[in-house]
Amino acid sequence: MTAQTTQARDLAVVIGLEVHVQLETATKLFCGCSTDTADSEPNTHTCPTCLGLPGALPVVNEAAVEAAVKVGKALDADIPEETRFHRKNYYYPDLPKNFQVTQYDEPICQDGSLEVAVADERRTIGIERAHLEEDPGSLKHEGGAIDRAEYTMVDYNRAGMPLMEIVTDPDFRSPTEVRAFLEKLEEVLEYLGVFDAERDGSLRIDANLSVVDAEEVAEDGTIPTDVLADANRTEVKNISSHKGAAKALSYEETRQKNAVRRGRAVEQETRHWDESRGITVSMRSKEEEKDYRYFAEADLPPMRVSGWKEEIAIPELPDARRERFREEYDLSAEEASKLTSTKQVADFYEALTDEFDAGFAASWVVDRLLGELNYRDRSVGSVDRAAFVRLLELVDSDDITVKNAEEVVLRAMLDDGSDPDAVVEAEGLGKTSGDAVEEAVEEAIADNPDAVEDYHDGEGGALNFLVGQVMQSTGGSAEPGAVNELLREKLDS
Amino acid sequence: MSEPVDPEEVRHVADLARVALNDEEATRFAEQFGDILAYFDALDEVPAVERDADLTNVMRADDTREGLSQEEALRNAPETVDGYFKGPRVS
Ligand SMILES: [Zn+2]
Repeated sequence: MTAQTTQARDLAVVIGLEVHVQLETATKLFCGCSTDTADSEPNTHTCPTCLGLPGALPVVNEAAVEAAVKVGKALDADIPEETRFHRKNYYYPDLPKNFQVTQYDEPICQDGSLEVAVADERRTIGIERAHLEEDPGSLKHEGGAIDRAEYTMVDYNRAGMPLMEIVTDPDFRSPTEVRAFLEKLEEVLEYLGVFDAERDGSLRIDANLSVVDAEEVAEDGTIPTDVLADANRTEVKNISSHKGAAKALSYEETRQKNAVRRGRAVEQETRHWDESRGITVSMRSKEEEKDYRYFAEADLPPMRVSGWKEEIAIPELPDARRERFREEYDLSAEEASKLTSTKQVADFYEALTDEFDAGFAASWVVDRLLGELNYRDRSVGSVDRAAFVRLLELVDSDDITVKNAEEVVLRAMLDDGSDPDAVVEAEGLGKTSGDAVEEAVEEAIADNPDAVEDYHDGEGGALNFLVGQVMQSTGGSAEPGAVNELLREKLDS
Repeated sequence: MSEPVDPEEVRHVADLARVALNDEEATRFAEQFGDILAYFDALDEVPAVERDADLTNVMRADDTREGLSQEEALRNAPETVDGYFKGPRVS
């Protein structure tokens, strides 16, 4: 191919993912060690099994298998009749046994899919497989960079944590789609109650990326398999968030496209995402050809859990809940989608509908609460539910104005944990009675003859000025609409 | 009959396990592995016997169990530092 035609080529990007998520269980995958290791001293959550001491026998955690079945169900995957564990052999100090227990050719979930919305388009991402495996330990390289470090420090607290590796088909056509998928996946996993996004390192992503001729991409996004097989791809490692994924893959997409446009070949290699520098770096091909010598883990008998798919119930998933919210509570598409963005928000909202009008509660959660929380970078879990209910009661019963409720009471609740009634009392926000408003209106008219004249001359700003005067003298506790009306009544009479 | 083992194969596996072998050792181990595998051929002669059904679904409840203290965990380690196992630099 000449440089000329290379220049002219329109290129499309193809991405596939391997997503590692930590399953939320009380104990590790094959031993009774607690998974609650945050802020722990190194090597304080270990036992002979997860340290790989001779003679220790692993026994699989039923809760982890259940979680895997739930994930399979949510991803519409097949749970095969029989599934089992394998040893993946490699020699590195994060593995106390010199092998990792994982699943090779008989994974617990196969052939699933997850639908995501990207802009206004719905895309179905194929899930090739999802399997259970144990996490290795963690390493610290003392004295700087990995290859210049003086020595390695090893902590096996993380060794044996239950992970699920979810492998997608190469179905992504942009980093934006990847981000949408990861957000959706996290949401589904949180709905299932098997995943905690807040847990450090609970999501880790490796991505395969290559570029192909845009002409090869069909209308529905499919690409012939031989084209895919021919394209050199890079594996990008060390991505730990959706945002990081979008950034890392955008960088890698540009890098590969530039290489191809300059007539250079993309090297098939592993690259490391350097978050702080915002670039991917070649990990040099020092690593020998991968030879993991997988074989069946004889210490762990096979599992036959296909029947669990029927037995284990999973909660209503985000898409279904969103549709139900629209119908049942008569919400707009946007409201329903914001209210089901996380299970926490959806549960919070749905509980409110027992006491309040569904539309009223929706507007308070979507338009006000989520905005204020977003501004403070907080989640709905940090909101005092009883206080929020009391706030809505005060608004609902017309005791305070909507404006004061939002700008004074809600903010004080969120910032200082204040009690709504106490704020109303302290700030004198109780709605001013009709007489007091009327008095303030008359006072404003008497005190501002110029504005009154301007009003009669048809100057629109004059009325606003007078409304402002009344609001000021009532400390903001009057309802602006009512003041406006009353002023006009008096001025026009 | 099992396949004979050649020194190249021994060297490859030794590399993966970070074990240094010289030529003489590689040749000697290849012979020894060959002998060991040959013993397994004897199993082909064993007639079929009744046996128990294979186990399946051996699982445990998700209950935490007391593990080892840091001191116990590190007891066999040749070198430690600040509660960590200490090892050579890796790359
Ligand atoms: Zn353990």
